[in-house]
Formats: sequence, C-alpha cells, structure tokens
Amino acid sequence: MNNILNQIGIENYIFLSVLLFCIGVFGVLYRRNAIIVFMSIEIMLNAVNLLFVAFSTYHQDAEGQVFVFFSMAVAAAEVAVGLAILVSVYRNLGSIDIDNLKNLKG
Amino acid sequence: MSPVQIIFYVLAAITLSTAFLTIYSKNPIHSAIYLVICFFSIAGHYLLFNAQFLAIVHIIVYSGAIMVLFLFTIMLMNLNKEDEVHKPRITRLGAIVVFIVLSIVLVTIFIHSKTIMGDYDSSGEDFQSIRKLGNVLLNEYMVPFEFASILLLVAMIGVVLLSKKEKTEKK
Repeated sequence: MNNILNQIGIENYIFLSVLLFCIGVFGVLYRRNAIIVFMSIEIMLNAVNLLFVAFSTYHQDAEGQVFVFFSMAVAAAEVAVGLAILVSVYRNLGSIDIDNLKNLKG
Repeated sequence: MSPVQIIFYVLAAITLSTAFLTIYSKNPIHSAIYLVICFFSIAGHYLLFNAQFLAIVHIIVYSGAIMVLFLFTIMLMNLNKEDEVHKPRITRLGAIVVFIVLSIVLVTIFIHSKTIMGDYDSSGEDFQSIRKLGNVLLNEYMVPFEFASILLLVAMIGVVLLSKKEKTEKK
C-alpha cells in the first residue's frame, strides 16, 4: 500500500494542526461563554491528537495511536467533570459567564 | 493534483472553517453543531491515514458521547439564545493579536523544518490494524490501560456527586 504521506507530506499536517490549535487558543481568549471555552479546549486537544496520528504514520509505529486512545479517555473524563462543575455554577450564579466568576478575587 | 491531495485540502478547509465558526457563532447550539462537523472531518483525516479503528472510536467518543453531553448541558441551562455580552473591545483586540502572532510564530518555526527521512517508509508492514493495536495496548500498555478505566470510574463518581442537588435545610 502506498503511504499517504508520500502524496501529502507531513508539513501540511503540521500546518493544519498548528492552525487548529491557534483557533482553539483564540476561542479561549475571545469568548465569555464557558461552554464555548470548553469547546475550544476540545479543538486544541483534537489538533494535538491529529498530529500524534500523523507522526505515528510517519514512523510506522502504533504507539502514537495508543497514546491518542489515552488522551481521548482523559478528554472524556475532563469534559464530564467540567460540565458538571458548570451545571453547579449555573445553579448558584444563574449564568455561566466566566467574567462573573470572581468570588475568589481578593 | 492527485485525488488524495484534493480530499486532503477539502477536509482541511472544512476542519478549519467549522472550528472557526464554532467560536464565531453566537448561538451555543450552532456552535455545538459546527463542532460536530469539525470532529467528523477530523475522523476523515484519520481515515485518510488508514487508521480505521481510531476513526470509529473518534466518531463514537467525540461526535457521539461528548457532543451529546454538550448539547444536553446547553439545553439544561436553557442557553439557546444569543444575548451574550461581548468582552470589552480591548480584550477582543488582544485575543485577535495573540491569534495572529501565535499562528505566524508557529508556522515560521515549522516552515523551514526538514524531514529526517528523505522518503517516507512504506514497507507495507502492518502497524495499525485492530489486531496490532490490541496487542500493543494489552501487552506494553497494560497498566496505563487499567489506570484509564480507574480514571473514568472516578470521573463518573465525581460527576454524580457534583451535579447532585444539595439538600436545602427546610426542616
């Protein structure tokens, strides 16, 4: 089977992942809605996963993909806990605007 | 341009544009839908790498479980409206500047990088079939695998505890 990277090249995947990661950073800084901030974190995680799989193909090694499985498990746990925290924040404050979360500010 | 290249560029355009629309659209429901499309296109990239098992797991976990969780939370909080106040203008400008500068810096870092291997290794050896992945996962990565299951169990208990309604003292 012909390797996919012969036709596309690893550089294009690096650029795609970098741009996706930058979009995620932009989302975290730009929005006030905490759920959108979570979605941006998911986008960043996915950018890194994509690069892992690209380099796993590059080195013809399965361990990169195994690491992606673990990263997916951690992402699932993180999203579940984060959304539960958001639900309880919403119950207490009535909004999930991250600029309102400054009760700990001295 | 070969067909594979065309597929790659179309998929990359879909990924980047839907990721941007996720952040840009005002309604959180629309953001979630765009994020689902973004995840599907990333699964398409995995299929392009011939990593079928990973693509299926990605669709099930991200597009299935995580996005349903997001949509459920959005509807639970009744956030399906577009009345979000923007951040102050200076903060938004800062975010845009950070985005542009970070993109330029990272791209210029990688644009002159040379690949170590001149030609990519395509020996035809099987390295990413389900059989091979299962062997690696359950032989070399046995302990982390079990820790992942413990992590999921702890996360489940934590979520139930966190989102349980606290009893108000009515007595």
